[in-house]
Amino acid sequence: MTETLFRFKNVTLAGRLFDLTLTIDAQCLTMITGPSGAGKSSLLRLCNGLEVPDGGSIEFRGAPLAKRLPRQHRRDVALVFQQPLVFAGTVGDNIAEADPSASTEDLLQRAGLDSSFIDRDADLLSGGEKQRVAVARALGTDPTVLLLDEATSALDEDSSAVIEQGARTFVEAGGSVVWVSHDAAQIARLADKVLHIAGGRVAQ
Amino acid sequence: MTVVDIGYTGLTVSLILIVVALALSAWQGLGLERSIVGATLRALVQLLIVGLLLGFVIDDGRPLWLSWIWVSSIVVFAASTVARRAPELPHVFAVGLAANVVSVSVSVAVTFGFGIFPLTGRTLVPVAGMVTGNAMRTAVVGARRLTEAVAENRDDIEARLALGHSPARAVRPTLRATLRLALLPQIEANRTVGLVALPGAMTGLILAGTDPVDAVLVQAALLFLILGAAAISVSVIGLIGSRGLFTGDERLLAPARTAES
Repeated sequence: MTETLFRFKNVTLAGRLFDLTLTIDAQCLTMITGPSGAGKSSLLRLCNGLEVPDGGSIEFRGAPLAKRLPRQHRRDVALVFQQPLVFAGTVGDNIAEADPSASTEDLLQRAGLDSSFIDRDADLLSGGEKQRVAVARALGTDPTVLLLDEATSALDEDSSAVIEQGARTFVEAGGSVVWVSHDAAQIARLADKVLHIAGGRVAQ
Repeated sequence: MTVVDIGYTGLTVSLILIVVALALSAWQGLGLERSIVGATLRALVQLLIVGLLLGFVIDDGRPLWLSWIWVSSIVVFAASTVARRAPELPHVFAVGLAANVVSVSVSVAVTFGFGIFPLTGRTLVPVAGMVTGNAMRTAVVGARRLTEAVAENRDDIEARLALGHSPARAVRPTLRATLRLALLPQIEANRTVGLVALPGAMTGLILAGTDPVDAVLVQAALLFLILGAAAISVSVIGLIGSRGLFTGDERLLAPARTAES
Protein backbone atom coordinates (compact mmCIF):
# COMPACT_ATOMS: atom_id res chain seq x y z
CA MET A 1 0.00 0.00 0.00
CA THR A 2 1.31 3.46 -0.92
CA GLU A 3 2.33 5.62 2.02
CA THR A 4 0.81 9.10 2.14
CA LEU A 5 3.56 11.70 2.31
CA PHE A 6 1.47 14.84 2.79
CA ARG A 7 -2.23 15.12 3.57
CA PHE A 8 -3.76 18.61 3.34
CA LYS A 9 -7.21 18.99 4.90
CA ASN A 10 -9.16 22.19 4.18
CA VAL A 11 -5.95 24.22 4.20
CA THR A 12 -6.26 27.99 3.91
CA LEU A 13 -3.41 30.46 3.51
CA ALA A 14 -4.43 34.11 3.43
CA GLY A 15 -5.06 35.22 -0.11
CA ARG A 16 -3.27 32.29 -1.70
CA LEU A 17 -4.84 28.93 -0.84
CA PHE A 18 -8.50 28.30 -0.11
CA ASP A 19 -9.91 25.16 1.52
CA LEU A 20 -7.25 23.03 -0.14
CA THR A 21 -7.63 19.29 0.37
CA LEU A 22 -5.19 16.89 -1.28
CA THR A 23 -2.83 14.00 -0.68
CA ILE A 24 0.69 13.52 -2.02
CA ASP A 25 2.07 10.00 -2.08
CA ALA A 26 5.53 8.96 -0.91
CA GLN A 27 8.14 7.42 -3.18
CA CYS A 28 6.78 8.89 -6.35
CA LEU A 29 7.31 11.95 -8.48
CA THR A 30 4.29 14.21 -8.08
CA MET A 31 4.09 17.17 -10.39
CA ILE A 32 2.07 20.25 -9.50
CA THR A 33 0.80 22.36 -12.33
CA GLY A 34 -1.53 25.30 -12.76
CA PRO A 35 -1.59 28.94 -13.82
CA SER A 36 0.64 31.64 -12.30
CA GLY A 37 -0.62 32.82 -8.91
CA ALA A 38 -2.54 29.58 -8.36
CA GLY A 39 -0.75 28.91 -5.06
CA LYS A 40 1.73 26.25 -6.23
CA SER A 41 4.80 27.87 -4.61
CA SER A 42 2.80 28.45 -1.42
CA LEU A 43 1.99 24.74 -1.38
CA LEU A 44 5.71 23.87 -1.45
CA ARG A 45 6.48 26.47 1.25
CA LEU A 46 3.83 24.86 3.44
CA CYS A 47 5.39 21.43 2.81
CA ASN A 48 8.84 22.76 3.84
CA GLY A 49 7.45 24.57 6.90
CA LEU A 50 8.37 28.08 5.77
CA GLU A 51 4.66 28.85 6.06
CA VAL A 52 1.94 27.48 8.30
CA PRO A 53 -1.71 27.39 7.29
CA ASP A 54 -4.20 29.93 8.64
CA GLY A 55 -6.82 27.17 8.73
CA GLY A 56 -7.07 23.43 8.20
CA SER A 57 -4.34 20.89 8.88
CA ILE A 58 -1.32 19.28 7.24
CA GLU A 59 -0.05 15.81 8.05
CA PHE A 60 3.40 14.53 7.12
CA ARG A 61 3.73 10.75 6.99
CA GLY A 62 0.56 10.40 9.10
CA ALA A 63 1.52 12.82 11.89
CA PRO A 64 0.72 16.54 12.27
CA LEU A 65 3.37 18.61 10.52
CA ALA A 66 3.06 21.27 13.25
CA LYS A 67 4.50 18.80 15.78
CA ARG A 68 7.72 18.28 13.82
CA LEU A 69 10.87 20.15 14.81
CA PRO A 70 11.26 22.82 12.08
CA ARG A 71 15.00 22.39 11.45
CA GLN A 72 14.82 18.62 11.31
CA HIS A 73 11.79 18.74 9.03
CA ARG A 74 13.36 21.25 6.63
CA ARG A 75 16.51 19.16 6.28
CA ASP A 76 14.34 16.11 5.60
CA VAL A 77 12.05 17.94 3.14
CA ALA A 78 14.42 20.08 1.07
CA LEU A 79 13.14 22.99 -1.02
CA VAL A 80 14.67 24.43 -4.19
CA PHE A 81 13.18 27.87 -4.84
CA GLN A 82 11.95 29.16 -8.16
CA GLN A 83 14.47 32.03 -8.24
CA PRO A 84 18.01 30.65 -8.40
CA LEU A 85 19.57 31.85 -5.16
CA VAL A 86 23.18 31.32 -4.14
CA PHE A 87 24.90 32.57 -1.01
CA ALA A 88 27.96 34.83 -1.12
CA GLY A 89 31.17 32.82 -1.50
CA THR A 90 32.24 29.90 -3.65
CA VAL A 91 30.15 27.00 -4.87
CA GLY A 92 31.93 24.88 -2.25
CA ASP A 93 30.91 27.36 0.45
CA ASN A 94 27.32 27.06 -0.71
CA ILE A 95 27.34 23.27 -0.42
CA ALA A 96 29.00 23.51 3.01
CA GLU A 97 26.03 25.57 4.23
CA ALA A 98 23.93 22.43 3.84
CA ASP A 99 26.52 20.07 5.31
CA PRO A 100 30.22 20.86 5.76
CA SER A 101 31.08 17.15 5.69
CA ALA A 102 29.14 16.35 2.51
CA SER A 103 30.97 15.17 -0.61
CA THR A 104 30.81 18.33 -2.72
CA GLU A 105 31.93 16.59 -5.93
CA ASP A 106 29.22 13.95 -5.61
CA LEU A 107 26.47 16.51 -4.93
CA LEU A 108 27.58 18.72 -7.82
CA GLN A 109 27.66 15.73 -10.13
CA ARG A 110 24.08 14.83 -9.18
CA ALA A 111 23.08 18.36 -10.24
CA GLY A 112 25.02 18.17 -13.51
CA LEU A 113 28.09 20.20 -12.49
CA ASP A 114 31.69 18.99 -12.44
CA SER A 115 34.23 19.51 -9.68
CA SER A 116 35.83 22.51 -11.47
CA PHE A 117 32.91 24.55 -10.09
CA ILE A 118 33.88 24.06 -6.43
CA ASP A 119 36.15 27.10 -6.16
CA ARG A 120 34.18 29.37 -8.47
CA ASP A 121 32.45 32.48 -7.12
CA ALA A 122 28.79 31.48 -6.93
CA ASP A 123 27.61 35.03 -7.65
CA LEU A 124 29.34 35.00 -11.04
CA LEU A 125 27.58 31.87 -12.33
CA SER A 126 24.82 31.95 -14.94
CA GLY A 127 21.20 31.60 -13.82
CA GLY A 128 21.12 27.96 -14.87
CA GLU A 129 24.37 27.16 -13.05
CA LYS A 130 23.10 28.89 -9.92
CA GLN A 131 19.95 26.80 -10.03
CA ARG A 132 22.02 23.61 -10.29
CA VAL A 133 24.11 24.75 -7.29
CA ALA A 134 20.83 25.28 -5.42
CA VAL A 135 19.75 21.72 -6.31
CA ALA A 136 23.13 20.30 -5.19
CA ARG A 137 22.92 22.33 -1.97
CA ALA A 138 19.39 21.03 -1.26
CA LEU A 139 20.62 17.46 -1.76
CA GLY A 140 23.38 18.24 0.75
CA THR A 141 20.98 17.92 3.68
CA ASP A 142 20.40 14.26 2.65
CA PRO A 143 16.62 14.71 2.40
CA THR A 144 14.00 12.01 1.85
CA VAL A 145 11.74 14.52 0.07
CA LEU A 146 12.76 17.02 -2.59
CA LEU A 147 10.50 19.99 -3.34
CA LEU A 148 11.38 21.60 -6.66
CA ASP A 149 9.78 24.92 -7.62
CA GLU A 150 10.23 25.19 -11.39
CA ALA A 151 13.76 23.96 -10.88
CA THR A 152 14.56 23.64 -14.57
CA SER A 153 12.86 26.77 -15.91
CA ALA A 154 16.23 28.57 -16.18
CA LEU A 155 18.12 25.58 -17.59
CA ASP A 156 18.96 24.48 -21.12
CA GLU A 157 17.73 21.14 -22.41
CA ASP A 158 20.83 19.14 -21.46
CA SER A 159 20.98 20.51 -17.92
CA SER A 160 17.25 19.93 -17.50
CA ALA A 161 17.73 16.34 -18.55
CA VAL A 162 20.41 15.89 -15.85
CA ILE A 163 18.11 17.28 -13.14
CA GLU A 164 15.19 15.20 -14.41
CA GLN A 165 17.33 12.06 -14.37
CA GLY A 166 18.56 12.99 -10.88
CA ALA A 167 14.97 13.37 -9.65
CA ARG A 168 14.01 10.01 -11.15
CA THR A 169 17.04 8.33 -9.52
CA PHE A 170 16.13 10.00 -6.20
CA VAL A 171 12.64 8.44 -6.35
CA GLU A 172 13.99 5.04 -7.40
CA ALA A 173 16.27 5.16 -4.33
CA GLY A 174 13.18 5.51 -2.11
CA GLY A 175 12.84 9.30 -2.01
CA SER A 176 9.85 11.44 -2.94
CA VAL A 177 9.78 14.43 -5.28
CA VAL A 178 7.15 17.16 -5.47
CA TRP A 179 7.85 19.28 -8.53
CA VAL A 180 6.06 22.44 -9.63
CA SER A 181 6.28 22.79 -13.40
CA HIS A 182 4.60 24.66 -16.23
CA ASP A 183 6.23 22.48 -18.88
CA ALA A 184 3.58 20.13 -20.29
CA ALA A 185 6.16 17.96 -22.07
CA GLN A 186 8.20 17.63 -18.88
CA ILE A 187 5.07 16.68 -16.92
CA ALA A 188 4.17 14.05 -19.50
CA ARG A 189 7.75 12.73 -19.45
CA LEU A 190 8.27 12.57 -15.71
CA ALA A 191 5.13 12.61 -13.59
CA ASP A 192 3.93 9.60 -11.67
CA LYS A 193 1.02 11.75 -10.50
CA VAL A 194 -0.18 15.21 -11.49
CA LEU A 195 -2.05 17.71 -9.32
CA HIS A 196 -3.58 20.71 -11.02
CA ILE A 197 -3.99 23.76 -8.78
CA ALA A 198 -6.08 26.74 -9.84
CA GLY A 199 -7.27 29.69 -7.77
CA GLY A 200 -5.79 28.21 -4.58
CA ARG A 201 -7.71 24.91 -4.92
CA VAL A 202 -7.20 21.52 -6.54
CA ALA A 203 -8.84 21.77 -9.93
CA GLN A 204 -11.27 18.96 -10.78
CA MET B 1 41.64 80.47 34.73
CA THR B 2 38.83 82.50 33.18
CA VAL B 3 35.40 81.09 33.96
CA VAL B 4 32.90 82.11 31.30
CA ASP B 5 29.56 83.23 32.68
CA ILE B 6 27.43 84.81 29.98
CA GLY B 7 24.49 85.61 32.26
CA TYR B 8 21.01 86.50 31.03
CA THR B 9 22.37 89.52 29.14
CA GLY B 10 24.69 87.32 27.08
CA LEU B 11 21.86 84.88 26.44
CA THR B 12 19.61 87.70 25.24
CA VAL B 13 22.31 89.06 22.95
CA SER B 14 22.85 85.57 21.44
CA LEU B 15 19.26 85.77 20.23
CA ILE B 16 20.54 88.25 17.59
CA LEU B 17 21.42 85.22 15.44
CA ILE B 18 17.87 83.90 15.84
CA VAL B 19 16.67 87.29 14.60
CA VAL B 20 19.04 86.90 11.63
CA ALA B 21 17.56 83.46 10.92
CA LEU B 22 14.03 84.92 11.12
CA ALA B 23 14.97 87.75 8.77
CA LEU B 24 16.50 85.32 6.27
CA SER B 25 13.40 83.10 6.41
CA ALA B 26 11.11 86.08 5.82
CA TRP B 27 13.32 87.51 3.06
CA GLN B 28 13.51 84.19 1.19
CA GLY B 29 9.84 83.38 1.84
CA LEU B 30 10.72 80.11 3.59
CA GLY B 31 7.75 80.34 5.95
CA LEU B 32 9.86 79.03 8.84
CA GLU B 33 9.42 81.98 11.19
CA ARG B 34 6.88 80.29 13.46
CA SER B 35 8.98 77.10 13.57
CA ILE B 36 12.15 79.03 14.44
CA VAL B 37 10.43 80.96 17.24
CA GLY B 38 8.74 77.79 18.52
CA ALA B 39 11.94 75.75 18.47
CA THR B 40 13.91 78.54 20.16
CA LEU B 41 11.40 78.96 22.95
CA ARG B 42 11.10 75.21 23.41
CA ALA B 43 14.88 74.77 23.60
CA LEU B 44 15.15 77.61 26.10
CA VAL B 45 12.37 76.34 28.35
CA GLN B 46 13.55 72.70 28.18
CA LEU B 47 17.14 73.63 28.97
CA LEU B 48 16.15 75.94 31.82
CA ILE B 49 13.97 73.21 33.37
CA VAL B 50 16.73 70.62 32.91
CA GLY B 51 19.27 73.09 34.37
CA LEU B 52 17.12 73.73 37.44
CA LEU B 53 16.45 70.01 37.95
CA LEU B 54 20.09 69.13 37.37
CA GLY B 55 21.14 71.81 39.82
CA PHE B 56 18.95 70.12 42.39
CA VAL B 57 20.04 66.54 41.55
CA ILE B 58 23.80 66.92 41.25
CA ASP B 59 24.34 69.53 43.91
CA ASP B 60 27.26 68.45 46.10
CA GLY B 61 25.04 68.01 49.15
CA ARG B 62 22.53 65.71 47.45
CA PRO B 63 22.55 61.91 47.82
CA LEU B 64 23.86 59.93 44.83
CA TRP B 65 20.64 57.95 44.43
CA LEU B 66 19.00 61.05 43.02
CA SER B 67 21.53 60.91 40.17
CA TRP B 68 20.87 57.20 39.67
CA ILE B 69 17.14 57.95 39.35
CA TRP B 70 18.00 60.62 36.78
CA VAL B 71 20.13 58.16 34.80
CA SER B 72 17.42 55.49 34.97
CA SER B 73 14.88 57.99 33.67
CA ILE B 74 16.96 59.00 30.66
CA VAL B 75 17.61 55.34 29.84
CA VAL B 76 13.85 54.65 29.79
CA PHE B 77 13.20 57.86 27.85
CA ALA B 78 15.86 56.85 25.31
CA ALA B 79 14.19 53.43 24.90
CA SER B 80 10.85 55.13 24.22
CA THR B 81 12.58 57.32 21.63
CA VAL B 82 14.01 54.22 19.92
CA ALA B 83 10.50 52.70 19.99
CA ARG B 84 8.99 55.84 18.45
CA ARG B 85 11.58 56.14 15.69
CA ALA B 86 11.85 52.46 14.74
CA PRO B 87 8.34 51.10 15.39
CA GLU B 88 8.69 48.44 12.66
CA LEU B 89 10.98 46.29 14.85
CA PRO B 90 8.89 43.89 16.98
CA HIS B 91 9.07 44.48 20.77
CA VAL B 92 11.19 47.53 19.99
CA PHE B 93 10.73 49.23 23.37
CA ALA B 94 11.97 46.18 25.29
CA VAL B 95 14.83 45.67 22.82
CA GLY B 96 15.77 49.38 22.96
CA LEU B 97 15.62 49.33 26.75
CA ALA B 98 17.89 46.27 26.88
CA ALA B 99 20.35 47.95 24.49
CA ASN B 100 20.46 51.14 26.57
CA VAL B 101 20.65 49.38 29.92
CA VAL B 102 23.52 47.11 28.81
CA SER B 103 25.51 49.84 27.06
CA VAL B 104 25.10 52.37 29.88
CA SER B 105 25.80 49.77 32.58
CA VAL B 106 29.05 48.67 30.93
CA SER B 107 30.14 52.29 30.30
CA VAL B 108 29.35 53.41 33.84
CA ALA B 109 31.04 50.33 35.31
CA VAL B 110 34.22 50.99 33.31
CA THR B 111 34.21 54.75 33.88
CA PHE B 112 33.73 54.65 37.62
CA GLY B 113 34.99 51.15 38.36
CA PHE B 114 38.41 52.00 36.94
CA GLY B 115 38.33 55.49 38.41
CA ILE B 116 38.42 57.39 35.10
CA PHE B 117 36.16 59.89 36.84
CA PRO B 118 35.24 60.04 40.52
CA LEU B 119 31.71 58.78 41.14
CA THR B 120 29.63 61.86 41.95
CA GLY B 121 26.36 63.19 40.65
CA ARG B 122 28.31 65.84 38.73
CA THR B 123 30.16 63.15 36.73
CA LEU B 124 27.59 60.34 36.64
CA VAL B 125 24.73 62.31 35.10
CA PRO B 126 26.63 63.91 32.19
CA VAL B 127 28.67 60.80 31.38
CA ALA B 128 25.59 58.55 31.39
CA GLY B 129 23.68 61.19 29.44
CA MET B 130 26.27 61.42 26.66
CA VAL B 131 26.63 57.66 26.44
CA THR B 132 22.86 57.10 26.40
CA GLY B 133 22.26 59.78 23.79
CA ASN B 134 24.80 58.31 21.40
CA ALA B 135 23.81 54.69 22.12
CA MET B 136 20.21 55.67 21.44
CA ARG B 137 21.05 57.20 18.05
CA THR B 138 23.00 54.10 17.05
CA ALA B 139 20.17 51.88 18.31
CA VAL B 140 17.65 53.76 16.15
CA VAL B 141 19.84 53.37 13.05
CA GLY B 142 20.50 49.72 13.90
CA ALA B 143 16.83 48.89 14.50
CA ARG B 144 15.66 50.59 11.31
CA ARG B 145 18.44 49.11 9.21
CA LEU B 146 17.82 45.65 10.67
CA THR B 147 14.19 45.52 9.59
CA GLU B 148 15.04 46.97 6.17
CA ALA B 149 17.91 44.53 5.64
CA VAL B 150 15.84 41.53 6.68
CA ALA B 151 13.12 42.58 4.22
CA GLU B 152 15.71 43.08 1.46
CA ASN B 153 17.42 39.75 2.18
CA ARG B 154 14.26 37.77 2.82
CA ASP B 155 15.00 35.26 0.03
CA ASP B 156 18.53 34.64 1.31
CA ILE B 157 17.34 34.17 4.90
CA GLU B 158 14.51 31.83 3.87
CA ALA B 159 16.88 29.80 1.68
CA ARG B 160 19.04 29.28 4.77
CA LEU B 161 16.02 28.41 6.93
CA ALA B 162 14.96 25.93 4.24
CA LEU B 163 18.33 24.20 4.71
CA GLY B 164 17.51 23.67 8.38
CA HIS B 165 19.50 26.59 9.76
CA SER B 166 18.40 28.14 13.05
CA PRO B 167 16.97 31.69 12.75
CA ALA B 168 20.10 33.08 14.45
CA ARG B 169 22.34 31.39 11.89
CA ALA B 170 20.09 32.22 8.94
CA VAL B 171 20.07 35.93 9.78
CA ARG B 172 23.78 36.17 10.68
CA PRO B 173 25.13 37.36 7.29
CA THR B 174 22.40 40.02 7.11
CA LEU B 175 23.03 41.03 10.70
CA ARG B 176 26.76 41.41 10.16
CA ALA B 177 26.22 43.91 7.35
CA THR B 178 23.63 45.77 9.42
CA LEU B 179 25.88 46.15 12.45
CA ARG B 180 28.70 47.45 10.27
CA LEU B 181 26.47 50.07 8.66
CA ALA B 182 25.05 51.23 11.98
CA LEU B 183 28.47 51.63 13.56
CA LEU B 184 30.29 53.27 10.66
CA PRO B 185 28.94 56.81 11.32
CA GLN B 186 30.21 56.63 14.91
CA ILE B 187 33.63 55.43 13.75
CA GLU B 188 33.66 58.14 11.09
CA ALA B 189 32.77 60.75 13.73
CA ASN B 190 35.77 59.69 15.81
CA ARG B 191 38.03 59.86 12.77
CA THR B 192 37.18 63.49 12.03
CA VAL B 193 36.67 64.74 15.56
CA GLY B 194 38.26 68.12 16.24
CA LEU B 195 39.08 68.80 12.59
CA VAL B 196 35.95 70.85 12.02
CA ALA B 197 33.67 70.98 15.03
CA LEU B 198 34.90 70.59 18.57
CA PRO B 199 32.88 68.02 20.43
CA GLY B 200 30.40 69.14 23.06
CA ALA B 201 32.09 68.18 26.30
CA MET B 202 35.40 69.68 25.24
CA THR B 203 33.74 72.89 24.07
CA GLY B 204 31.87 73.17 27.36
CA LEU B 205 35.00 72.59 29.44
CA ILE B 206 37.05 75.11 27.47
CA LEU B 207 34.28 77.69 27.75
CA ALA B 208 34.12 76.97 31.47
CA GLY B 209 37.83 77.77 31.74
CA THR B 210 39.47 74.33 31.72
CA ASP B 211 42.89 74.01 30.09
CA PRO B 212 42.32 72.75 26.50
CA VAL B 213 44.67 69.77 26.97
CA ASP B 214 42.77 68.69 30.08
CA ALA B 215 39.53 69.19 28.16
CA VAL B 216 40.88 66.99 25.35
CA LEU B 217 41.70 64.19 27.80
CA VAL B 218 38.15 64.22 29.14
CA GLN B 219 36.71 64.39 25.64
CA ALA B 220 38.88 61.54 24.36
CA ALA B 221 37.83 59.32 27.27
CA LEU B 222 34.19 60.15 26.52
CA LEU B 223 34.64 59.40 22.81
CA PHE B 224 36.05 55.97 23.58
CA LEU B 225 33.18 55.29 25.96
CA ILE B 226 30.64 56.47 23.42
CA LEU B 227 32.05 54.28 20.63
CA GLY B 228 32.12 51.26 22.91
CA ALA B 229 28.60 51.94 24.14
CA ALA B 230 27.34 52.38 20.57
CA ALA B 231 28.90 49.04 19.59
CA ILE B 232 27.27 47.34 22.57
CA SER B 233 23.93 49.02 21.91
CA VAL B 234 23.73 48.06 18.24
CA SER B 235 24.89 44.51 18.99
CA VAL B 236 22.11 44.08 21.53
CA ILE B 237 19.60 45.53 19.04
CA GLY B 238 20.85 43.11 16.37
CA LEU B 239 21.09 39.98 18.47
CA ILE B 240 17.90 40.39 20.50
CA GLY B 241 15.94 42.42 17.96
CA SER B 242 16.48 39.91 15.15
CA ARG B 243 14.92 37.15 17.28
CA GLY B 244 11.67 39.08 17.27
CA LEU B 245 11.57 38.87 13.48
CA PHE B 246 11.02 35.10 13.62
CA THR B 247 8.08 33.08 14.90
CA GLY B 248 8.36 30.39 17.56
CA ASP B 249 8.33 27.74 14.82
CA GLU B 250 11.28 29.43 13.11
CA ARG B 251 9.58 31.20 10.24
CA LEU B 252 10.41 34.71 9.16
CA LEU B 253 7.64 37.09 10.24
CA ALA B 254 5.39 38.54 7.61
CA PRO B 255 6.23 42.31 7.36
CA ALA B 256 8.22 41.96 4.16
CA ARG B 257 5.43 39.92 2.64
CA THR B 258 3.15 42.97 2.74
CA ALA B 259 5.75 44.78 0.62
CA GLU B 260 5.88 41.78 -1.72
CA SER B 261 2.12 41.49 -2.34
